[in-house]
Amino acid sequence: MQISMTINGTFVTHEVEPRVLLVHFIRDDLRLTGTHWGCDTTNCGTCVVLMDGQPVKSCTVLAAMVDGHTITTVEGLANGATLDPVQQGFMEEHGLQCGFCTPGMMLTARALLDHNPHPEPLQIREAISGQICRCTGYATIVRSIQWAAEHPAGAAPETTTSESTEQEVHA
Amino acid sequence: MQIPAPFEYVRASSVDNALALLDRHGPESRVVAGGHSLLPMMKLRLARPDWLIDINDLFELDYLLVDTVPNNGRVLRIGAMTRHTTLLESDDIKRLFPIVIDAERVIADPIVRNRGTIGGSLCQADPAEDLSTVCHVLEGVAVVRGPAGERMLSMAEFHRGPYETAVAQNELLIEVRVPIRDDSGSAYEKVERRIGDWAVAAAGASVTLAADGTISHVAVGLTAVGLDRNVTEVEAVLVGQAPTEQLFVEAGRLTSLACDPLADQRGPVDYKRHLADELTRRVLRAACRRAAASISDITI
Repeated sequence: MQISMTINGTFVTHEVEPRVLLVHFIRDDLRLTGTHWGCDTTNCGTCVVLMDGQPVKSCTVLAAMVDGHTITTVEGLANGATLDPVQQGFMEEHGLQCGFCTPGMMLTARALLDHNPHPEPLQIREAISGQICRCTGYATIVRSIQWAAEHPAGAAPETTTSESTEQEVHA
Repeated sequence: MQIPAPFEYVRASSVDNALALLDRHGPESRVVAGGHSLLPMMKLRLARPDWLIDINDLFELDYLLVDTVPNNGRVLRIGAMTRHTTLLESDDIKRLFPIVIDAERVIADPIVRNRGTIGGSLCQADPAEDLSTVCHVLEGVAVVRGPAGERMLSMAEFHRGPYETAVAQNELLIEVRVPIRDDSGSAYEKVERRIGDWAVAAAGASVTLAADGTISHVAVGLTAVGLDRNVTEVEAVLVGQAPTEQLFVEAGRLTSLACDPLADQRGPVDYKRHLADELTRRVLRAACRRAAASISDITI
């Protein structure tokens, strides 16, 4: 069957078998391998992508079900050479070691901050509670997301001018 | 790699269209809503439908509204396609049925809750499904539509047992109606091995208090301990009594005797009976506290 979707701002049309899972469509057909394929059982959350702005586990969604919808993967987070504050936060606060869970963690963080720009640490922990990190013990991930919340303009020097410009970019 | 067996996919555009598709494609067709139970089963080839009918475009079934309906009085009408996240964030639910909030907080994880629906949860009828117990306890009514029209089923009629409901192959669960009782409180508590896991055991309770502070109506239900119905054994003991710790202890004891858990990797039988007892006491305590809080001049 033929499906179409907007992925990271690009409209794509593709022929898929109905049984193809979104994670495999993204990785194998679109070759966007930033989305990781982990437990395959809806537990680990490394395959999280945003569907119409909401995090979903792409191993448990059919590509066919996304026909007509909008998807954001980790490749769509940065704006050109400018990292999303969440990506910057993971660098600043060492939010990753092996990096396997990172794409899913960052997308969930982005959706959380879009919904709630100033989350409490407990709200951050709840938001990522469907995702597993076996390296960091989560503390640095929580700090990374807090960093992003505190720096909505990313790593730019915090003058009024550049901040407002950056915010427009991420709006 | 887990990949479902081949199937044909079709997206329904309305409830009538979904019913027509179910009728056309027959017993080997299945409806998919959030898909977070069905797709894992299809990936494990435990389910192999020939046709998958996607009802995610049925926005007409995504609603929450307080209404007055003939024979049921005031009810909260919950559309079958209402997502767990929507239930968890609803002010009406917070105010009227805190048991739903208690349960939703411990159903899977926030990301799964973005997709999963109340209709899907009830139709899956997993013995460890939290919302089934919640709907039993709140004495919800399932509205099921088919070619012959709509029928209303009590949860006892709807829920036939593990993974089995009264919804026929050519029917669709449309709505759950939950009666609104004044001066009531409700609560749910679950013990799980890790966050997002199925219950080792869980209990829910709904309590209505009379003007003199005694219990005028009560329902207690259990999850994952082999009881697909409310614990009617405790109702006779509780109704008409003032809510006291002694009464909750007796209710817990009766509940632990009424359930019929199986030993599995989540724990032995005696442990699960202990949980049924302890969790029943806790949810009754919380439900009575919440009911009392809704009546300013009664204190417990």
